[in-house]
Amino acid sequence: MIVFDRATVVYPDQTVAVDQLSLTVPTGQVTVFVGPSGCGKTTSLRMINKMIIPTSGRVLIDDVDVAKQDAASLRRGIGYVIQQSGLFPHRTVVDNVSTVPMLLGVGRRRARADSMALLERVGLDPALARRYPNQLSGGQQQRVGVARALAADPPILLMDEPFSAVDPIVRQQLQDDLLRLQADLGKTIVFVTHDIDEALRIGDQVAVMRTGGYLAQLASPAELLSDPADEFVAEFVGRDRGYRALGFVSGEVATRLEPTITLGSSGEAARRIAHGADWLLVLDADRRPVGWVRPDRLGAKVSASDLNRSGTLAHDAAPLRALLDAALSSPSGRGVVVDAAGTLLGTVNAGDVVAVIERERGA
Amino acid sequence: MIDVWTWLTSGANWVGTDGIWHRLVQHLEYSGSSLAIAALIAIPLGLWIGHTGHGRVVAVSLANGIRSIPSLGLLFIVLLLLAPHIHNGDAFLIPSIVALVVLAIPPILAGAYAGVEQVDPAARDAGLGMGLTAWQVLWRIEVPCALPLMFGGFRSAALQVVATATIAATVSVGGLGRFLIDGLAYRDYSMMAGGALLVGLLAITVDAVLAGVQRLLVSPGLRS
Repeated sequence: MIVFDRATVVYPDQTVAVDQLSLTVPTGQVTVFVGPSGCGKTTSLRMINKMIIPTSGRVLIDDVDVAKQDAASLRRGIGYVIQQSGLFPHRTVVDNVSTVPMLLGVGRRRARADSMALLERVGLDPALARRYPNQLSGGQQQRVGVARALAADPPILLMDEPFSAVDPIVRQQLQDDLLRLQADLGKTIVFVTHDIDEALRIGDQVAVMRTGGYLAQLASPAELLSDPADEFVAEFVGRDRGYRALGFVSGEVATRLEPTITLGSSGEAARRIAHGADWLLVLDADRRPVGWVRPDRLGAKVSASDLNRSGTLAHDAAPLRALLDAALSSPSGRGVVVDAAGTLLGTVNAGDVVAVIERERGA
Repeated sequence: MIDVWTWLTSGANWVGTDGIWHRLVQHLEYSGSSLAIAALIAIPLGLWIGHTGHGRVVAVSLANGIRSIPSLGLLFIVLLLLAPHIHNGDAFLIPSIVALVVLAIPPILAGAYAGVEQVDPAARDAGLGMGLTAWQVLWRIEVPCALPLMFGGFRSAALQVVATATIAATVSVGGLGRFLIDGLAYRDYSMMAGGALLVGLLAITVDAVLAGVQRLLVSPGLRS
């Protein structure tokens, strides 16, 4: 458990970077510091590993004041990931990852073997181990950064905008992989970002900070969306709060049977199955949905070029937001629901999802 | 040209205390010791400036100032200052070495501080944040990452020193410069040209050797 006790940082020019911050970071959970630039979120993070010492107030890790500990040995017990990866350019990937274990006295051979296993765990091909950082993509570098921070198996992980410099698609993969890793590891993670969507996605609790180093609100993502403490938080959390809040609500929505056709079947068969309906769902040979076709416009065969792929897929365990989005984005108005393997379970329409939302609200 | 070739290939010119071999070894001794002394002064200073950011402006202007002094003039300034205080046979050698050291310091210093300065601040921050001490950051991150520029500075110093060590002969010290000075005195132009050629070849060889050492010592991760 990390406790900020009225921690304040004032720079020599009298600017207040962090103003009387008091909050608790629970063990084994992800706490996100989010806010606009200049809100003191990075400064707050850096107080935890003594990269910055509070001007007044304290930061405690498991009831021990950080300021009273030896900086180097404190930091060796805390994983640290930063935005620009900060990998050592003159060392190979595996040697980068082995840094802290070797500082702690683990032999080179064992440290390297552990590092190889860790690389695999963060989703990197072990073949990359002998490469140098400048031979990796931005996303790969961040993965190495995460592996390096985890190498000595520290209970605490500090992540300072770790995914901000990579493109949105890679960012989402990195977020997914971090959540998957965290489900296994249960580290105490403090994560800094300026991206509220990232904060809501990653955080068990989110600390929204305001310029000048004030804590505006500390709450769960769902609560931030449904009950922002003040106008600043409401503004910062952004538009579509009602819709986005559905991302944190699950509910049982019964799926309907959907007539389907396999890709490559004859147009005649499609028209027969569709039975006059405007849209027909197309599956591949493994019963995975690939798109929708208009039976009346088909030629001799149902081919890939006939497909409308606008509909998103929802997994059956997904939050209501994914189900509603699947229905709204589908050309037929019927959202496609799949199981974990990606095979078709059935469809839902927007009305089905809204009915469940109303029922959940009433409950 | 044929005379130069004859001078260079005549076995008699290569042996003895005023032969080419002896002069070559002397030349290497002067250059090597000057470079070593310059490196001992300039590298720690450069690392300190690069690591702390202190004294950068002073170092840059001082280095540029020294660079603008003509080498021969520098040699005589040092000679006039030092010679009265040295009473053994090194009265001329020591001023020559000092002049070469002064000449070699600016490029080595610039390479060292620029090398440390250009180290990715994120790598430095990550190193500290992971629990490396300031010394470990310097030796394990900053110095290895600074090596390409440090070698650049040292090689440029080496080229200058090997070329300029020739002027030591003007104050009656040995080295390959002797062939130029003596050649002038005897009006033996093939000796002068041969000596100049040897200095050039030596400089190129020294640079090639240093390039090889650089290739061995600098991490492949730092090659672009």
